[in-house]
Amino acid sequence: MPRAGRIREKLRWSNLYTFSCLRPNVLEDGPHSLQGPGFSRIVYCNQPRVHQKKPLNYPSNYISTTKYNIITFLPKAIFEQFRRVANMYFLMAAILSLTPVAPFSAVSMIAPLAFVVGLSMAKEALEDWRRFMQDMKVNSRKVSIHKGDGIFGYKPWQKIRVGDVVRVEKDQFFTADLLLLSSSYDDGICYVETMNLDGETNLKIKRSLEVTLPLVDDLAFKNFTAKIRCEDPNPNLYTFVGNLEYDHQVYAIDPSQILLRDSKLRNTSYVYGVVIFTGPDSKVMQNSTKSPSKRSTIERKMDYIIYFLFTLLVLISLISSIGFAVKTKFEMPDWWYLQPQNTTNLYDPTKPALSGIFHLVTALILYGYLIPISLYVSIEVVKVLQATFINQDLHMYDEETGNPAQARTSNLNEELGQVDTILSDKTGTLTCNQMDFFKCSIAGVSYGMGSSEVEIAAAKKMAFDISEHNSEMSSVPMHNIKARGLMENSRSNFGVSEIELETVITSKDEKDQKPMIKGFSFEDSRLMGGNWSKEPNADAILLFFRILALCHTAIPEPNEETGSFNYEAESPDEGAFLVAAREFGFEFYRRTQTSVFIRERYSSSGHPIEREFKVLNLLDFSSKRKRMSVIVQDEDGQILLLCKGADSIIFDRLSKDGRIYEESTSRHLNEYGETGLRTLALAYRKLKESEYSVWNSEFIKAKTTIGADRDAMLEQVSDMMEKDLILVGATAVEDKLQKGVPQCIDKLAQAGLKIWVLTGDKMETAINIGFACSLLRQCMKQICITTMNTDLLAQDAKKALLVFLITDQAVKENILMQLINGLQMIKLEKDPHAAFALVIDGKTLSYALEEDLKHQFLSLAVNCASVICCRVSPKQKALVTRLVKEGTGKTTLAIGDGANDVGMIQEADIGIGISGVEGMQAVMASDFSIAQFRFLERLLVVHGHWCYKRIAQMICYFFYKNIAFGLTLFYFEAYTGFSGQSVYDDWYMLLFNVILTSLPVISLGVFEQDVSSEVCLQFPALYQQGPRNVFFDWYRIFGWMANGLYSSLIVFFLNLNIFYDQAFRAGGQTADMAAVGATMFTCIIWAVNCQIALTMSHFTWIQHLFVWGSICTWYLFLLLYGLSSPIISGNSFQILVEALAPAPIYWSVTLLVAVACNLPYLAHLSFQRSFNPMDHHVIQEIKYYKKDTEDQHMWTRERSKARQKTKIGFTARVDAKIRQLKGKLQKKYSSLSVQTIIPPS
Amino acid sequence: MVIPNFARYVKSRSDRQLLHGLKYNKTSTCKPEESNNGLPIVPCGLIAWSLFNDTYTFARGMVELKVSRKNIAWKSDRNHKFGKHVYPFNFQNGTLIGGGKLDPSLSLSDQEDLIVWMRTAALPSFRKLYGRIEEDLEAEEVILVNLTNNYNTYSFGGKKTLVLSTSSWLGGKNDFLGIAYIAVGSSCIFISFVFMLLHVKNPR
Repeated sequence: MPRAGRIREKLRWSNLYTFSCLRPNVLEDGPHSLQGPGFSRIVYCNQPRVHQKKPLNYPSNYISTTKYNIITFLPKAIFEQFRRVANMYFLMAAILSLTPVAPFSAVSMIAPLAFVVGLSMAKEALEDWRRFMQDMKVNSRKVSIHKGDGIFGYKPWQKIRVGDVVRVEKDQFFTADLLLLSSSYDDGICYVETMNLDGETNLKIKRSLEVTLPLVDDLAFKNFTAKIRCEDPNPNLYTFVGNLEYDHQVYAIDPSQILLRDSKLRNTSYVYGVVIFTGPDSKVMQNSTKSPSKRSTIERKMDYIIYFLFTLLVLISLISSIGFAVKTKFEMPDWWYLQPQNTTNLYDPTKPALSGIFHLVTALILYGYLIPISLYVSIEVVKVLQATFINQDLHMYDEETGNPAQARTSNLNEELGQVDTILSDKTGTLTCNQMDFFKCSIAGVSYGMGSSEVEIAAAKKMAFDISEHNSEMSSVPMHNIKARGLMENSRSNFGVSEIELETVITSKDEKDQKPMIKGFSFEDSRLMGGNWSKEPNADAILLFFRILALCHTAIPEPNEETGSFNYEAESPDEGAFLVAAREFGFEFYRRTQTSVFIRERYSSSGHPIEREFKVLNLLDFSSKRKRMSVIVQDEDGQILLLCKGADSIIFDRLSKDGRIYEESTSRHLNEYGETGLRTLALAYRKLKESEYSVWNSEFIKAKTTIGADRDAMLEQVSDMMEKDLILVGATAVEDKLQKGVPQCIDKLAQAGLKIWVLTGDKMETAINIGFACSLLRQCMKQICITTMNTDLLAQDAKKALLVFLITDQAVKENILMQLINGLQMIKLEKDPHAAFALVIDGKTLSYALEEDLKHQFLSLAVNCASVICCRVSPKQKALVTRLVKEGTGKTTLAIGDGANDVGMIQEADIGIGISGVEGMQAVMASDFSIAQFRFLERLLVVHGHWCYKRIAQMICYFFYKNIAFGLTLFYFEAYTGFSGQSVYDDWYMLLFNVILTSLPVISLGVFEQDVSSEVCLQFPALYQQGPRNVFFDWYRIFGWMANGLYSSLIVFFLNLNIFYDQAFRAGGQTADMAAVGATMFTCIIWAVNCQIALTMSHFTWIQHLFVWGSICTWYLFLLLYGLSSPIISGNSFQILVEALAPAPIYWSVTLLVAVACNLPYLAHLSFQRSFNPMDHHVIQEIKYYKKDTEDQHMWTRERSKARQKTKIGFTARVDAKIRQLKGKLQKKYSSLSVQTIIPPS
Repeated sequence: MVIPNFARYVKSRSDRQLLHGLKYNKTSTCKPEESNNGLPIVPCGLIAWSLFNDTYTFARGMVELKVSRKNIAWKSDRNHKFGKHVYPFNFQNGTLIGGGKLDPSLSLSDQEDLIVWMRTAALPSFRKLYGRIEEDLEAEEVILVNLTNNYNTYSFGGKKTLVLSTSSWLGGKNDFLGIAYIAVGSSCIFISFVFMLLHVKNPR
């Protein structure tokens, strides 16, 4: 396919940019000397065939994230299975069952084990298959590749080899790590979005080497050859060392020519590149760590229970083997019927110790029923099914992207119900990385009526609360009228916000009808449609719009659909400004090397005028400068410096007479900031021709300087220019939050979760988002911990190591002081409603995370209502996560969307990836993926809560039933001379765990819900049952074990006493071991199944089927087993039909035992429900009596009570506001009452 | 007897041989009472070998009291578990004589004492059905029992008891069942009463 012609003007950005496009000084540095280990890679460009043979045979671009392949699956998966201590035990037991020591037949040991292990392995295989399919999706993406003779064609990613020349088109991901050869721009520049790698949202500029610039079209590659020598694959994203040998010349390559896999080409229609690192060698893959296998807290605790049971097992085995040895020594010689003189080692009265040891093994196997073999597999089955529920949940399905929620690993479901701290990324997670021009302040007048989502929600809530408040007030009859009057008063007090709220709500409705313009949600008729010219400050407004339209680095691109232009800007903010300028009537439509063209729709003449502005200089944005300026010359020859930047920076640089609007503007800026808008201040400066030319010559001098000083000089010269500014106004851009984020955060806060924001973005932005999400609010005390003041010191210190060390120490001490001060402040705070927020930046964090400071840091952070860490690197994200995880010992959840979040996603107890946006790294590393942040609420509060309870109850029940069953075997031993005989048939025991009691408990684990999902969402406080671990604490676990012990005693001794001597049939037949065993087993089946029916609180036909079906299955089995040949069934032959079923005593014993076993639990349950009910008990009761529909008021009251005390989220924010108002009201009221007391005479 | 459910004892039998006789000659499960002179013992195993062999005859005054020794074993055992054509031809012929002997002319399916004996009891003290007295006995009636004490329990200090009992629809006399029912039932009533009181006192 021949490539499309160039659409754009040829631009040489390098001439325009001041800072970011400095061409590396090739001449100065010369080629890198690449010697020694670590620099052995040789790439023959455009000759991929060379790389198919050794020694240059590098791996292909195929990536694999699977755990197994076809060959390694069996050994590896089996190994994984037997790493579980219980499975190992059962394996040993199965092996030993082949020897005569075993109390059971071999098949009854091996079959369940094979079943259990096989099922787990099948699950592993299925999960790995899914991973494989995902890999395939990535591997089969297509890219255009040079096939020879200047012809390019598409090939899947996995076929790309080192040395291939590829052409990557706009908005495509780079296939592998590439060396940039040329781009659609003349000077070989391209823009790259590295959000997936480091989470930074602004575009990076890469530029090719000078020599490869001529390679501009497909045909140019016909005869292109070159050789690259470079470093070996390594995970370092920001370094690259290599040389390009081309045309007998050697050129140095540095990181600015390297395009990394998983970053994206932006604003550039295509680039050519040659593949250097493929697949596993690429930097991003080198960075990926094997996802650690995570285990949930419950499962870890379960191990302890299993160890406990092992101890119990060993203990009772020891008891019985000692008993056996004693019996063998002293009594067995008398038992002639055993022919004791004629025995093997197993029963040798002359060697009791040896027999005892053999018996120990037997006993260990015999009592193995204490350890539930099917526990692991049942849990796994349950978790897979739970995961299916999560995957299928329509409430977590994102219609826009078509992405459902996905549980990528199913072994952390219950962990979702125990989360204590959420660590969230910002961009792409909380926000959608889309900026909307929202408000502005021009010449001291604030424009823009719109309200952000937070405000709307807060407004609604506030209106509701106030009306409630009103009714409460009016219920006090004495002050009825007065209170009303006061209410009116208070209303007018914050009438401003009220009115605003109303407009908000109405305007919102309008907005829904209007087609939305991306990047623009400004509403104010004073500025729209040319009305601005009627405003008093029309001049300033004009200038303001011109700054918006001129001060940028974007490129317009005609949009054929709408007939207007789309803008490709370096940052979304800039795009929003341009869209805004366009909507205001200042359409930027063309850029040439020297000029920017603007079409002004509403000019004085009434006709659109096209204006050309000559761009003389462009002092571009950098995070250090925090401002950007252009120097333009308009058509009249007037030279203007237009500047936009952070308010603090701009305000510092204002001239004396440029400060007219400073006060009102900064007030507006504060207002905007409080609602979470991103603000920039706009200013200008008029320059005289002479003034400019003097400066320009300086500037050119600085620009052409060669050497390390250049940067500093340029900066200095720019500084000189960017002063004496005149403030025009400020913009407020809404960093658009994802849908439902504030509400979700509010609910999560009410559920008692702590939310930390970790972002790579700068502090101001992070704080803005904090406000927007209600993680911060105005009256919150912000503890900002920074190293700002020590920054300079540190810089100077670089000169001398000694000084550096000292200042390093000083910085640390400074931070420690800040931390301690913060802690003191919190300690001394008396107001229970006071809230603190901790804001810390990445640099400080690097100190705060050091061994000696991290505990102070953590204790401060834990005491703060919200924590925001900004400018943090991916590594730091992971470190913070680890600190929280290990420092507090609580469950952490990390949520993010980009590759920069992978570290923390893997480090946290639960990692959640946002799958809505492109880029799969985060999702691939995550345990769960959801399409939008707001689904987190449902995932945690509904699914997490359910899964936690389900698994906890399930495990408890499992131990209960196995103890109830296993101990009866032990008691029976005491009556058999500890000989290792079991009272039950082998088959019964085999079926007990695998079939007869497994399905009900699985249905408990899958379907149980204490309350419905709506109620879960309405009562977020219910979630706290998880983090507090009320369903799996030792008290509860031992309670269940005690219940098991009790049941085993009841089952065994009731049966024994009833059957031991008397005939059990009218015919006088006595019960033999088979009959007693079958009866006892029937009792156990009834007891444990009734128990689970009592435990369940949610029944569907499935539960009924499984519970009662299990009991029926037992009878059915007994019937069929009895019907089989007596060779197989032995003494159980026709036992049900002939012996048991006709015996009334059999049925009456079953009833008696089942009731007696469940009585204490029932009593306990009733007691708890009546006198010490838990939250869900109350709700269940309300629901059962349908009180929620009859008594709405009570229901709402209960709902509002069911919140965790929290200081974040907008509900808390509204509460704070209401408190404030109440306080005011109180004051007024008291003053009023004073007035009334004073007689009016 | 002390331990009839001792593992070694319980396992020392061959159900196949009981059904098929010499047609099935793998009697390793019957150790140590498996074969004699190269031929498997029929029936093999310790259980059979230690067959109970005390005999009782009853008399009311001078009149013999008829005791029905038929139908004391399960019908299914007689019909399906013990071979109709399997005869105990070499039983108790070895050097060690255990318990009772069997009539070599009767097939195993007709040896009801053996069939009853082969169903090992669950507990160390146990009862086995000897026979049924099908005539009504009067109260205070004296019954003479003539017993032959063949079975050796002296070596391990076992006790033997002869029990005459009337069986009802529930089987033999079973006080414990009744007591247990009363106990569980009354605790149910007690608990529900307590909860009712508590509920009346402070209702929700």
